[in-house]
Amino acid sequence: MDFLFFFLFAFIAVACAVSVVVQKHPIASALSLVGVMASIAVLYLQLGAEFLAMAQIIVYAGAVMVLFIFVIMLLNAGAESRSGRSYAAQLMGPPLLVALMASLGFAIMRGFPGGGTVKFDSFQGGTAQNIGYALFTDYLLPFEVTSVLILVAILGAIVLARKEMD
Amino acid sequence: MEFIIITLIKLAVIAFVLLTALAYIQWVERKVIAHVQVRMGPSRVGPHGLLQPLADVVKLITKEGVMPPHANKFFYLAAPILAVFMALISISVIPFGTEFTVLGHRVMMQLTDLNVGVLFILAVSSMGVYGIALAGWASNNKYSLLGGLRSSAQMISYELPMSLALAAPLLIAGTLSLRGIVDSQAGYNLGFIPKWAIFTGPFPQIFSFIIFMIAAFAETNRIPFDLPEAENELVAGFHVEYSSMSFAAFFMAEYSNMVTVCSVATLLFLGGWHPLWPESMGSNFAAPLILAGAGAICLYHGLNPARPFDRFTLPAFAVIFFGLAGLMAFPPLVPVLTPLFWFLAKLSFLLFVFIWIRATLPRFRYDQLMSFAWKFLFPAALLNLLVTGFLVALVS
Amino acid sequence: MAEAMQSINLQAGVPISWYLVLSAVLFSLGVAGFLFRKSIITVFMCIELMLNAVNLSFVAFANQHKQVSGHIFTFFVMVVAAAEAAVGLAIILTVFKNRETLNIDEINSLKN
Repeated sequence: MDFLFFFLFAFIAVACAVSVVVQKHPIASALSLVGVMASIAVLYLQLGAEFLAMAQIIVYAGAVMVLFIFVIMLLNAGAESRSGRSYAAQLMGPPLLVALMASLGFAIMRGFPGGGTVKFDSFQGGTAQNIGYALFTDYLLPFEVTSVLILVAILGAIVLARKEMD
Repeated sequence: MEFIIITLIKLAVIAFVLLTALAYIQWVERKVIAHVQVRMGPSRVGPHGLLQPLADVVKLITKEGVMPPHANKFFYLAAPILAVFMALISISVIPFGTEFTVLGHRVMMQLTDLNVGVLFILAVSSMGVYGIALAGWASNNKYSLLGGLRSSAQMISYELPMSLALAAPLLIAGTLSLRGIVDSQAGYNLGFIPKWAIFTGPFPQIFSFIIFMIAAFAETNRIPFDLPEAENELVAGFHVEYSSMSFAAFFMAEYSNMVTVCSVATLLFLGGWHPLWPESMGSNFAAPLILAGAGAICLYHGLNPARPFDRFTLPAFAVIFFGLAGLMAFPPLVPVLTPLFWFLAKLSFLLFVFIWIRATLPRFRYDQLMSFAWKFLFPAALLNLLVTGFLVALVS
Repeated sequence: MAEAMQSINLQAGVPISWYLVLSAVLFSLGVAGFLFRKSIITVFMCIELMLNAVNLSFVAFANQHKQVSGHIFTFFVMVVAAAEAAVGLAIILTVFKNRETLNIDEINSLKN
């Protein structure tokens, strides 16, 4: 069962990620990215991170990507034009990408051989309670700093997006 | 194996009941709005128009599905499926009664009890916007594009106050499991005031209940927040190009979302299936008495008919109501059916409020909608959460 | 690789390293998209893809060490990504208002 779930959702994630890269229309790319995020959320569930799985869907798929789609629709962004890339880049790009992935995978499999296994339900530390406890004890300062960061981001977004007052 | 069989049976029952209920909520809505506006409402198909939903389904299935030219085919077809899928899936975590034992198997009145149930519902409902936004974009129509744009902006804006309003009762309950939240609201203060979240706790959650309901209207695109499908400015908004079953899918998604948000409000704020007054004061008799009363009214009007065919239809309804009342009063079934009755009663009351408001209030203007969300609802929800958190910390 | 494949016991569960490989693959795809694509919005989405890939390995490590810290890191990454998306999309809107284009090859006024 664990293998089945892993392969199914790993396959969906990779297929959607490829689709993000190769789709010409930004909306298609954005929806593929939602697919990647949803399948990663399922893998989080398998890894015992139930709170993060839900947060992933709520924050990424439900807010960030909706914002992307909103902007794409607002700007009425059409399909990308082809061309403009050199012939060598088009020829060499995909093989180099595969080579990069293969070497990364090889390095991980070599450097991380007996790293333990994942079974569903083997780790139950990812509940909302545990995360909240860790967040407000050990990681209180980073948490507060993040809230300041968000405030700065809100101000920045408002200043950038507001109409000129003249 | 036993688990799988029980789950499949529950799945079939819930799916059947839900889909039928969705069709009949629409009948109720048309009838209620008609009576508010002093009209008859659907009355031709079947007695009191009761077969109207069936006729609508047959009509929608047999209609031709039209694809507008230059529409994005894939997304045009995927959008209604996405919308209805996301709307129906959140029912799976909603509990609607206690557990009971049948033939030696313990059965929970819920498909699955997640320990992040509330977050699951938030997550799924936040995904629901994709169906609408995509439908608006893929139809290649400027009205539907405007509808899709409006819905994505509106949903993001109203999700914040909704989540903040949900967080306040969670602070009191101390769990994210929907069943656990309902269990934490059992019991009575002073012997008769129920310990529901809106009545009790360190800080009664009446404000967050109101904020949640307002945000729920916006999340389900209902009047007064139905800007994405405003008939008289955007024709029909995001689903203007849809016909046949894909149009029906959007309708189903809207009504299913209504059922979901009303269930969540019932579970989090109104104590789920706990009765309004204690069992010692006879709350178990409420269900049979109300149903028998409804049966008596039907019987009276059947014996003094206003229209000729009422002589036959209303006594038939009376028999159904009396039968239900007898079922509710049957002692072995009382512990199973009474919680279910209370849950459904609260749920239908909230659904009625949705319909009532639709018949009462005009639509907001778009800038009013946005400034209401950001300048009033969001600060109010934040303040409510702060006060609740402070008082919960003070008490514990 | 071959002996690693043979040593996998189907009952024991999925090896952690497979999650890391998946994360690496997703990250490389994100890098590729970042380099290949020309629409500024798609480039931005590829950055989000890379962040997601990194999050996956954080959570995998959290499972390996049975600690919640990895989850906290992921949580912070999500928060920062949300803030980044808000500011980034506001910048994109402003750029589009001034330039009427989303092609990153044409937004190069610092060059000349």
